[in-house]
Amino acid sequence: MPRTLFQKIWDAHVVAERDDGEALLYVDRHLTHDLHYRRFDALREQGRTVRRPELLFATPDHSIPTTARTIADIPAGEMRDTVEGLARNAAEFGVTHFDMTDERHGIVHVVGPEQGLTLPGITLVCGDSHTSTHGALGCLAFGIGASEVEHVLATQTLWQTKPKTMRISVDGGLGFGVTAKDVILAIIRQIGAAGGTGHAVEYAGSAIRGLSMEGRMTLCNMTIEAGARSGLVAPDDSTIDYVAGRPFAPKDDKWDLAVAYWRGLPSDDEARFDTEITVDGDAIAPMVTWGNSPQDAVQVTDRIPDPSAESDPERRADMETTLGYMDLKPGTPMTDVAVDKVFIGSCTNSRIEDLRVAALVAKGRRAQVQTLVVPGSGLVKRQAEAEGLDRIFTNAGMEWREPGCSMCVAMNGDMLAPGERAASTSNRNFRGRQGLGSRTHLVSPAMAAAAAVSGRFADVRVLMRGAN
Amino acid sequence: MQPFTTLTAVAVPIDIANCDTDQIIPARFLRRAKDDPEYPRFLFHDLRFNTDGSEKDFSFNDSAFQGAGIVVADINWGCGSSRENAVTALLANGIRAVIAPSIADIHYSNCTKRGVVPVILDRDTCALMRRQLHDNPSARITVDLKAQTVLGPDGARHDFDIRAFDRYRLLHGLDDIALTLEHEAAITAFEANRRAASDWLS
Ligand code: SF4
Repeated sequence: MPRTLFQKIWDAHVVAERDDGEALLYVDRHLTHDLHYRRFDALREQGRTVRRPELLFATPDHSIPTTARTIADIPAGEMRDTVEGLARNAAEFGVTHFDMTDERHGIVHVVGPEQGLTLPGITLVCGDSHTSTHGALGCLAFGIGASEVEHVLATQTLWQTKPKTMRISVDGGLGFGVTAKDVILAIIRQIGAAGGTGHAVEYAGSAIRGLSMEGRMTLCNMTIEAGARSGLVAPDDSTIDYVAGRPFAPKDDKWDLAVAYWRGLPSDDEARFDTEITVDGDAIAPMVTWGNSPQDAVQVTDRIPDPSAESDPERRADMETTLGYMDLKPGTPMTDVAVDKVFIGSCTNSRIEDLRVAALVAKGRRAQVQTLVVPGSGLVKRQAEAEGLDRIFTNAGMEWREPGCSMCVAMNGDMLAPGERAASTSNRNFRGRQGLGSRTHLVSPAMAAAAAVSGRFADVRVLMRGAN
Repeated sequence: MQPFTTLTAVAVPIDIANCDTDQIIPARFLRRAKDDPEYPRFLFHDLRFNTDGSEKDFSFNDSAFQGAGIVVADINWGCGSSRENAVTALLANGIRAVIAPSIADIHYSNCTKRGVVPVILDRDTCALMRRQLHDNPSARITVDLKAQTVLGPDGARHDFDIRAFDRYRLLHGLDDIALTLEHEAAITAFEANRRAASDWLS
């Protein structure tokens, strides 16, 4: 029977199956971060241990200030306790830990692919919803809750119900100034924040094939914002080139075996998906969100939508509350909305390609508002500095920080003040996400840099065409 | 976790579509221990409290819904972050069931691992129940997991679906890890294959 990419990976990982259809899946890689240090404590209390510590990799990301280089730099209290808790438990249980002084540390979803821990065809989990990121390499990767984290620690497996499959095909060419971030925001707007619930999503089509690996990671990263736990892109030459030579990737004859296996992973031609979605890549423009759900997005040339044009009364009421929270008036051109701060970073958009495009826009210009640029890992930071990107940012008056989650989730001291508005390259515009009372607009790195130098949302296509 | 068979309780309506887990528990509380005495306050914290600690006009603050054991929500309840702390905060307030038109996948799974019963009913039914609760807060809802039925505030009966495995574990309050270890031989066999020379991942 023809099978999808998802089905092939699923089949290769079923350890046991129950009569009611529940499958026990083997987990090839488990990544973890500071917020889960207590899971080890729970395991210890139950008299259990980590079954396969060599398959578990830890790095602190949520609780590290972007001005700190070592644990000692973190102010005493909850943040430091959390980072220390992870270090202590990783040492006790024999887990590989990229600590703050290790250049390989960073946001867990940046570190995994960068180190070659994320590989095509594997199963990968992490106690974080954006684990969907890793599916960009053609693996089955999804976020899990704390109980499931404990379960994986103890058994290296997980009980799962097989999700339905959805294929999202994006054909056409992406226009100038249009990035993977705009593609995923356009997709979420089209299918809704719950559009992918219960599904594993495979992205296909010429526009997807044309994306770099970083772009595919951005795309898969925000799959969870469409409700689907996992997003996948079939491995191809780009994938294999990306993985080749990474520290934890297979070597020598194992590499040849791996590549042969990966070449067989793409969905068979006749494979059927439960749901098929098509998106016109040519029609996608730079996007900006206006509300408190990632589905609330418009093109930068659009206006803030008008609730009174909405026929569903519940949706209308919801929009009115949202616009009140966001302090926005219906009909305002998006480019008239001024920002207070700009954040370039997060597991969605903190990789080298993201920083390069942001730097291209920032170069020779001046930030009009406070702008934080936070690389996704120590290695991204080093690479950016080698390319001189850090100086472009600082010359533009932007702040070049140490890697971590930073203002994406505002758990490390970087945050918006109540009522402040940000252009942010992160993934969630939920109420209070970037600090109590914060107002977040999601954009691509190019659009964030354009907002930074304009002091308001600006069409990066106009800005850059004018420059050339 | 605590077994769940049937519960008749006060139910609180939460009239928010796409109520994400950041609303259920803001991120700044995620580093707190499960047994922190302040935990009950973290639930819906920023929807409930102003910065000076005074209460906002929000259903969960309404004394009429005090002691609620059930939440009746709107579409895509629990979307966003995978934080299981959202379930911890529900449990800290004695909430043992959530009725919604749709529940996000990770949160749904977290609920079933901790003893909160996820009940999916259609959108109109949930909207009607929320209206009835606002009109008559003292009305009770019954969630019967064994029979897979809900008795609404008006006494109307609604059947709901739940996966057999989730239902079984919730009914008996079973620890997943212990269940899984019954498959120890199969796990070991899988690992033996992984270690074979022919396996690229070994
Ligand atoms: S960058 Fe943001 S979304 Fe990504 S793992 Fe960190 S907190 Fe979560």
